Amino acid sequence: MRQPVTRTLLAAGALGFSAVFSGAMAAGHLGPAVTIGMQLEPPMLDPTGGAAAAIDEVVYANIFEGLTRFASDGSIKPALAESWTISDDGLTYTFNLHTGVKYHDGTDFDASDVKFSLDRARADDSTNAQKALFAAIENVEVVDPATVKVMLSEATGNFLFNMAWGDAVIVAPESVESNATEPVGTGPFKFVRWVKGDRVEIEANADYWGEGVEIEGATFKFISDPTAAFAAMMSEDLDAYPVFPAPENLDQFAADPRFEVIVGSTEGETILSTNNKQPPFDDVRVRQAVAHAIDRQAIIDGAMFGYGTPIGTHFAPHNPAYVDLTGQSNHDPEKARALLAEAGYADGFSATLKLPPPSYARRGGEIIAAQLREIGIELEISNLEWAQWLEQVFRGKDYDLTIVSHTEPMDIGIYARDEYYFQYVDDDFKAMIAELNTTADEARRTELMQAAQRKIADDYVNGYLFQLARTGVAKKGLKGLWENAPTQANDLTAVHWE
Amino acid sequence: MSDLPLVRAGDGDRGVWRAASSSRSFVAGFVVTLVFLAAALVSLVWTPYEVTALSIPDKFKPPFGEHLFGTDQFGRDIFSMVMVGARTSIAVSVVAVGIGVLAGVALGLAAAANRRGLLDELIMRSNDLVFAFPVLVIAILITAVFGPGVINAIVALGVYNTPVFARLARGAALSLWSREFVLAAQVAGKGKFLISVEHILPNILNLLVVQGTILFSLGILAEAGLSYVGLGAQPPLPSWGRMLAEAQTLTAIAPHVALIPGLAIVIAVLGLNLMGDGLRDILDPRVRRAGR
Amino acid sequence: MLRYTVTRLISLSLSLIAASIIIFFVIEIVPGDPAAFMLGLNAQPDTVAALQRELGLDVGPVERYFRWIFGILQGDFGVSYTYRTPVSELIADRLWVSLPLAIYALTLSTLIAIPTGVIAAALRGRPTDTAIMGVTQLGIAVPNFWLAMLLVLLFSITLRWFSAGGFPGWEEGLWEGLRALTLPAIALALPQASILARVMRSALLDTLSEDFVRTARAKGLSRAQALRRHALRNAMIPVLTIMGLQFSFLLAGAVIVENVFFLPGVARLVFQGITQRDLIVVESVVLILVFAVIVVAFLVDLAYAWVDPRLRHQQ
Repeated sequence: MRQPVTRTLLAAGALGFSAVFSGAMAAGHLGPAVTIGMQLEPPMLDPTGGAAAAIDEVVYANIFEGLTRFASDGSIKPALAESWTISDDGLTYTFNLHTGVKYHDGTDFDASDVKFSLDRARADDSTNAQKALFAAIENVEVVDPATVKVMLSEATGNFLFNMAWGDAVIVAPESVESNATEPVGTGPFKFVRWVKGDRVEIEANADYWGEGVEIEGATFKFISDPTAAFAAMMSEDLDAYPVFPAPENLDQFAADPRFEVIVGSTEGETILSTNNKQPPFDDVRVRQAVAHAIDRQAIIDGAMFGYGTPIGTHFAPHNPAYVDLTGQSNHDPEKARALLAEAGYADGFSATLKLPPPSYARRGGEIIAAQLREIGIELEISNLEWAQWLEQVFRGKDYDLTIVSHTEPMDIGIYARDEYYFQYVDDDFKAMIAELNTTADEARRTELMQAAQRKIADDYVNGYLFQLARTGVAKKGLKGLWENAPTQANDLTAVHWE
Repeated sequence: MSDLPLVRAGDGDRGVWRAASSSRSFVAGFVVTLVFLAAALVSLVWTPYEVTALSIPDKFKPPFGEHLFGTDQFGRDIFSMVMVGARTSIAVSVVAVGIGVLAGVALGLAAAANRRGLLDELIMRSNDLVFAFPVLVIAILITAVFGPGVINAIVALGVYNTPVFARLARGAALSLWSREFVLAAQVAGKGKFLISVEHILPNILNLLVVQGTILFSLGILAEAGLSYVGLGAQPPLPSWGRMLAEAQTLTAIAPHVALIPGLAIVIAVLGLNLMGDGLRDILDPRVRRAGR
Repeated sequence: MLRYTVTRLISLSLSLIAASIIIFFVIEIVPGDPAAFMLGLNAQPDTVAALQRELGLDVGPVERYFRWIFGILQGDFGVSYTYRTPVSELIADRLWVSLPLAIYALTLSTLIAIPTGVIAAALRGRPTDTAIMGVTQLGIAVPNFWLAMLLVLLFSITLRWFSAGGFPGWEEGLWEGLRALTLPAIALALPQASILARVMRSALLDTLSEDFVRTARAKGLSRAQALRRHALRNAMIPVLTIMGLQFSFLLAGAVIVENVFFLPGVARLVFQGITQRDLIVVESVVLILVFAVIVVAFLVDLAYAWVDPRLRHQQ
């Protein structure tokens, strides 16, 4: 482009020419763009202003980056922070930032952007859905353009983990207002356009500061209907559907030489959440009876067509600190009936089961209703939309039982919240979590996490069903997609064609 | 959901031959309707299998084996579910048409009795207003406020049916108000209410029966549509529309799971429409006159 | 005529005002808070409150109604809670899918129905007529979403002639756009065509028995000639009325078919809006749909009054 002639030609040739041009430049480097299927369309594209998982599924690691990031195995890796040091008291984190980083609109990234982003997330008028991640931050100080110091009010064992969330990405003051519709980040992909109701397109960022990506770009196509998703995959309109909504179709993909089924794990503990203050579920014997009435394998087979790992507590089985407690609540209808009788419900009782939209809940709910009917508990099912579920169950606590997958990573701490919708209140448990939060020693942390897992299993707080599997489909030859989901994302940085 | 009521005009003049053939369609429709009605009634006391009993190992059994219509993804007997589904469909439609008839006819008669008065204008404008809301929008709104369920599906369809009957009743009643026997009753000092009930209503009954049958079949289609998008019957109560929704991802694995409930809807609606057409030929005075 | 028009105009504006009030307040009582929905499970109460302020949800419903309605009078429908873009843009985008789909479906349905209805009427009582009437009975009885499922199964999964859904956007070319709308248009059109064909047939038979057609027959015109020269034109009146009704049905009632083919249309916007509690979008779309129906009905009334002078003198 040094010669004026070329420039004129480029201008005249407009899009067609420049596409050819960049294609030629990319030859040997970038593979063709991929089309990724997603079930839900993000309501907007600013991960710091909404909770919808679909936002992160488009922008996380692709468009926006934080100080740290999740790798596909769940470990924490440096991102915009090249390295960091932690003071001995665990209260001061000093991050050394990458230099020469530019936002997609051409503005420079430096320490002031970090301060801006963290201060904005914890401000009084913040609309960050995970504001709690930033609660421990007391002050953010710009040392020089490449160094930033974060002072905490109390030692926080997983602060680096918190900074890896999509809600903690670093945004620029210049573009923050328009991120919802035109996201501007520092990532290896640039936003191209969003055809509402249909797709979001991104393209490789030629000026990326780090190692570049191996594909020209990507299109995220929103196909909520499972049949349509199946048809779109089968007709090869899509290259991959990383979280395929209909497990029943996976066998067909597995049998088809064109496709590959990718099965991994998620952070989603799928549980029969129980209102611990609502009679008769305030009686631990009733909750234990429910636990013994549940046949986990039948639910996994019936609702998930075999995909999923049984769990006996609220903890991910792939975590090294996991304890297998499924034996403690094995399928034993006899014992369940005896426990019910002991609690004074020999003739059973009826209760409500409120189900949110995902198929694990809707299908699992029908199966659980049938299983509890065996021991005399009649469940009245009502299917709710998410907004109604949030209002009635989550906020209003107006429910007996519900099924939901808790997909936040490492979230056993929710049992320490008195006002959480399980309505479980236990001082011993709270003490364990309080200690865990301020403990940095790994051995002690493992001990505490295992004690916490046992505690909630002993109290039969909820019915623990299974760890949600991440079942995806991709064309053979498309490599580098995340197998597991430490957070809900479609990280395309390593995706390539073979 | 796809039909438009009130617009299917009479089939014009017909000879004796036509009358015979149309009564044949009535007989065929009547038989089909009876079969579904019987299935629905029998399902109250007996079904081949328990509809709520799951048996995961028996899932996707093909039809015409141990299970007449095969089994679904949970190993439930589809034949039993179709029987109970018939009950759901019929119950929803009957009540929805009932609401429409009661409210609509009352409004229509009141409007006709006060023709070209303020009340008439008010009723008819409100009618137009309600009629302007698409039935699905009504259903979505009702469900959003009260939560999904059979009752709310019924209310949505009832609300949708009301203006249809109101218009029909008003139109038919208007022409009767200028007839001699009504004038005579007026001269005799009878009030508007009594005249409406004693003289007008019996004379528009035929029309209402015909329209009722058509809206009844529409109701079955609409209930299926609402349940299909999750606004109607809730599990474990079987409903044809929900069976279709649940079967949608399974068409490639076990087509019968999606085909059978769909066929049930088609046959039931077809039966009702045939019966409705037959009824119109028998009851509609205009067609009868033309037939003579 | 003038007096009639004025009274009808007053009643029209009253209807529109009533409609806007009903729509707004019915939708406002829908439980569920847009801000809480957007912020999800871990949100803190102060965060939700901050978002409510940002979205303008912290004032009372009456004030919001007037803000909304005065905005609309100035052409401003407000900003979507979840998408954070102007509602008018959202609706315009969706109309670019819904309107062409409705027109496509109506065209298909007309192209099928008119000849079919004419043939059935011309061959009244013959086996062809009976067969056509049987097929149209079947067409009326088929739920359009089931038809849509079968079409996807056959043409997308098995034959792979069409993609299973989605809409690439018109910028990909007219042909690509039409291709994406073809299966949905067929699913919508077939049941409508069945109704229309039956209406066409019976309207033709009705006019054929009218005096002027009989006169024409008596003057020596053949049945086919009478049909072509006189009956067809007059039979078009009820057919056009039905087509008008069908068009508004196709626009608003297509939600199920839009869902099956995951088309970004207006009807699905309502559905999405209600599940995401994007109430301002729902209110605006419903208002537009309802207004359209009311205004069309008004115009039709005026047209009838124009044609038939008796109507306007009755007022």
